[in-house]
Amino acid sequence: LTIEGRRTDFPILKQTVHAKPLVYLDNAATSQKPQAVIDAMARFYTEECANIHRGVHALSERATQAYDAARVTVQRFVNAREPGEIVFVRGTTEAINLVAHSFARARLQPDDEIIVSAMEHHANIVPWQLVCQERAAVLRVVPITDDGELVMKKYERLLGARTRLVAITHVSNALGTVNPVRQLVAMAHAHNVPVLVDGAQATPHLRVDVQALDCDFYAFSGHKVYGPTGIGVLYGKAALLDAMPPYQSGGNMIRSVTFERTTFNDIPERFEAGTPHIAGAIGLAVALDYVDTIGLDAIAAYEQELLAYATHTLAALPRVRLIGTARQKVGILSFVVDGMHPHDVATVLDREGIAVRAGHHCAQPLMHRLGLQATTRASLAFYNTRDEIDALAAGIARAREMLA
Amino acid sequence: VSTTLDHLYRDLIVDHSKRPRNFRRLGGRATLAEEYNPLCGDTVTVYVELADGVLREVTFQGVGCAVATASASLMTEAVQGRSSTLVDELCDSFHALVTGGVEPAAIEALGELAVFAGVRAFPSRARCALLPWRALRAALRRSD
Repeated sequence: LTIEGRRTDFPILKQTVHAKPLVYLDNAATSQKPQAVIDAMARFYTEECANIHRGVHALSERATQAYDAARVTVQRFVNAREPGEIVFVRGTTEAINLVAHSFARARLQPDDEIIVSAMEHHANIVPWQLVCQERAAVLRVVPITDDGELVMKKYERLLGARTRLVAITHVSNALGTVNPVRQLVAMAHAHNVPVLVDGAQATPHLRVDVQALDCDFYAFSGHKVYGPTGIGVLYGKAALLDAMPPYQSGGNMIRSVTFERTTFNDIPERFEAGTPHIAGAIGLAVALDYVDTIGLDAIAAYEQELLAYATHTLAALPRVRLIGTARQKVGILSFVVDGMHPHDVATVLDREGIAVRAGHHCAQPLMHRLGLQATTRASLAFYNTRDEIDALAAGIARAREMLA
Repeated sequence: VSTTLDHLYRDLIVDHSKRPRNFRRLGGRATLAEEYNPLCGDTVTVYVELADGVLREVTFQGVGCAVATASASLMTEAVQGRSSTLVDELCDSFHALVTGGVEPAAIEALGELAVFAGVRAFPSRARCALLPWRALRAALRRSD
């Protein structure tokens, strides 16, 4: 099956919106789900729904097996050393909060520093800001160039004896920039500084190998990589996770409880309090298998070609300016149209059946850095086509003629 | 051509968004209030000079989408010279208009502002139209 033939795996893409064929270009917000994922979740609820662990009955054993197998699928997908390094969480945001709470907080002394970058999503700023405030620590920011690339020399200078953690995105959600994570990690490790990578926008587009990257934590969301919402992953090196206290407490994460004392479970269960999103984990595993079947190399090759076409097409439109022109990018096209507010552009596009996002993309410090309040963002997936890029261009022209 | 889109971006709205009226600061005894739309980062500041219960002068500053800018512009024209009691009622009517709570008959009191009825078909944009009105209310509360 060619990659073009895969579009029919996504039932939602067959519909019309405002009497126009749906052109879904909001994949950085959430991607659509292939039938296989939808079926797997329905099958779980139809045939094997039960709570996991401690159940001796057949359904519970099947559910437990499926949940454990999902963890192994994730482990292989990111090439972690062992399944224990894979913690199921709600999403990237919860993964980052977990590390801020259970890892960073205990290590931070007054005047210690955490390094983030100017292109972070709020989810990779605010948890660190809060924990820094609490511990009188300092948040330092790696600046970016006008093209949307990290200024590596500044990063090098920020790393120092007070640095306790680097938290940086693999791929910018607003610009599409792919950061040189392996290099960033190596530089931090030279100062014995651990690194958390926000992988929310990378996992759908790039092959991620946490051992090759050598990052200490890697966070991503299931719903951006063709899986369900409400499930995500925190990868952490076993030695680090082992030494971390629980994030939330409750059922399943404990070994024994008396009113005097509780002993906690091993990793990863220690970080999975309460009944987890079992169906979500199963759906995510099917999504990752689906991605593997197509192959991330094939996906990346197709998307790069489509990105080049889209960049060329949008750049040729009068009064349209692309925001984010890094050398290494995934298929995210932020742009502004002179004299038009992004919300107005998005509203006109919506009526043409084209789904894009307008706003600050939860990256207000980045918008300030670029001297913008908002952009319109079209974000691609492998099921998008050149025809859809042409429809986007026509929609922008239509918005211009209506409003500019 | 999509009718609903034309209903949203009526000529009057496009005109006011491109050439906003009363787009300036007010100094002196004027009170001001700023409102912010966290979804898009749009900010509007409304200046009100109130004397003897009447809005003598109303102006605004800030950048926004076509809907928010036109709403602010038309609002300043509509409330100028009116009593704060009347303007309070107008705020309620406008809110009801863009969120779909007013029947066509009641719209007449809104005059030119009725052009914003098209926003109803775009629930996510009602917030844009209401932004300057929230600022006006806040400025009036401060004037009391």
